[in-house]
Amino acid sequence: MSGLPSLTIAEARRALRAGEIGAIELTEACLAAAEASAPLNAFSALTADKARYQATLAAARLKEGDAPDLCGIPLGIKDLFCVEDEPARAASRILEGFRPPYESTVTRKLWEAGAICLGKLNMDEFAMGSSTESSAYGPAISPWRRQGDPAPLTPGGSSGGSAAAVAADLCLGATGTDTGGSIRQPAAFAGIVGVKPTYGRCSRWGIIAFASSLDQAGPMTRTVRDAAIMLRAMAGHDPKDSTSSPAPVPDFEAALVGDMRGKRIGIPKEYRVAGMPAEIEALWHQGADWLRAAGAEIVEISLPHTRYALPAYYVIAPAEASSNLARYDGVRYGHRAKIGANEGITAMYERTRAEGFGPEVRRRVMIGTYVLSAGYYDAYYLRAQKVRTLIRRDFETAFAEGIDAILTPATPSAAFGIGEMADADPVQMYLNDVFTVTVNLAGLPGAAVPAGLDGRGLPLGLQVIGRPWDEAGMLDVAFALERASGFAAKPEKWW
Amino acid sequence: MSIDKETARRVAHLARIEVAEAELAPLATELSGILGFMEELNEVDVEGVEPMTSVTPMKLPWRADEVTDGGYPDKVLENAPDARAGFFTVPKVVE
Repeated sequence: MSGLPSLTIAEARRALRAGEIGAIELTEACLAAAEASAPLNAFSALTADKARYQATLAAARLKEGDAPDLCGIPLGIKDLFCVEDEPARAASRILEGFRPPYESTVTRKLWEAGAICLGKLNMDEFAMGSSTESSAYGPAISPWRRQGDPAPLTPGGSSGGSAAAVAADLCLGATGTDTGGSIRQPAAFAGIVGVKPTYGRCSRWGIIAFASSLDQAGPMTRTVRDAAIMLRAMAGHDPKDSTSSPAPVPDFEAALVGDMRGKRIGIPKEYRVAGMPAEIEALWHQGADWLRAAGAEIVEISLPHTRYALPAYYVIAPAEASSNLARYDGVRYGHRAKIGANEGITAMYERTRAEGFGPEVRRRVMIGTYVLSAGYYDAYYLRAQKVRTLIRRDFETAFAEGIDAILTPATPSAAFGIGEMADADPVQMYLNDVFTVTVNLAGLPGAAVPAGLDGRGLPLGLQVIGRPWDEAGMLDVAFALERASGFAAKPEKWW
Repeated sequence: MSIDKETARRVAHLARIEVAEAELAPLATELSGILGFMEELNEVDVEGVEPMTSVTPMKLPWRADEVTDGGYPDKVLENAPDARAGFFTVPKVVE
């Protein structure tokens, strides 16, 4: 049955439990689809042996009737997550050959819930990018194309391999991470659902760090229900991550009702950015109309510090990255440069990092180093952290006035072509994050939901921003949008 | 704030990233462009605003100071580019 990899997680869960399909059969079908997907460059490594082993365990659990929600469900894992004894390179040359002898908490929880690891997924190097073009593996390619145009498009980034794999039906769901929009932007570009939970909902332990105060793991799936199922398995307190929350994890799936009566949905006026394509503006209005029709009250709100979010982010994230990436020194793991007989350890460090990091990572590490250096710390870093307080306060004020969730576009455009941004200056690429980055700065949950196609047949997404720890309410709004839009478009297979 | 070539050289060294002499001037221009974008933050009135230290209002948890993991030096060293006799080895540091 060739249609198995296109099942939703919820459909596969039912069919597996009913014995209509087997975990081994489903895993083999996904492995075959992944093996035949080389032109997409979505997977950086397949973990077929692990997948087949896990599938036999899942089959046994299903037979015994002890099958958690994800039992027998094949998933793809972003290369940023450590999976024991499998390559984990963060799509960087500097981690060439690295095989972690430990498991990230999020993936451990997924395997304990019976999920199956198909392989590692392509991404921007160290999650720094919006297109996967900074990957040491070469870019992932979107399964989507503009109508009548075979030019390769980006699946977005940094979790672009995850988005491409889910959209192309290579796996049933995938993990992503989101520091400034890295789950939500690729989800929107690829016509799938992507959820960035509240900061602290998922453990960061064993996930290669980019900017620790912003990084969160989350699910990327084909439906809101699937995201709810997967998030529940990924979330929860972990003593190994002191910022992970001890708050209980609710049953997110049970919250999906779609009844918006009594809900107040905020439309932030500052998100009407100059030069926003009319199609995005129209989709945003459409989204508000759908929620109104489902019973919600739509309220215009103000988040006055929105326009300072991107510059604040591009101080804070590189600063934290420069600190986190200091560990790649050619001593404990990964690449080490060769040095001359008369050179010492400093030359070894400097050449290792010059050879191992790509241009965008080098740029951000140096910017981060500069803004933290003596004499500039107050002017840049401290000021950015104060602006961050103001950005969070904007949201707190809106929520205190009774707003339940906020509706915005997910991205300022549909997917762009590979290489189209090559001549743009770095700041142009950073503008991709304009609607998503505030959510990371404020630690809030955000979800991207596919809502329509643009004039050239490419997916466009809406974003729902929730109150802190209210992923359940946020997902219910996303569910209402999903139901109203009836989005069912799929890319035509060309690979 | 614009970065000159000497500042670029100093930042690259602080970041321990080797940059060839000929690349320093373009690097300075590029970094200056990014910093220019950050200057927008100067428009914000931050008088009396506390800098954010934790995005969720939570107290950092305490734990007992106990050894809970370890005892496998081979695993710790297995990814090292050069490990000998139970140690990470590096080029000579002290003459």
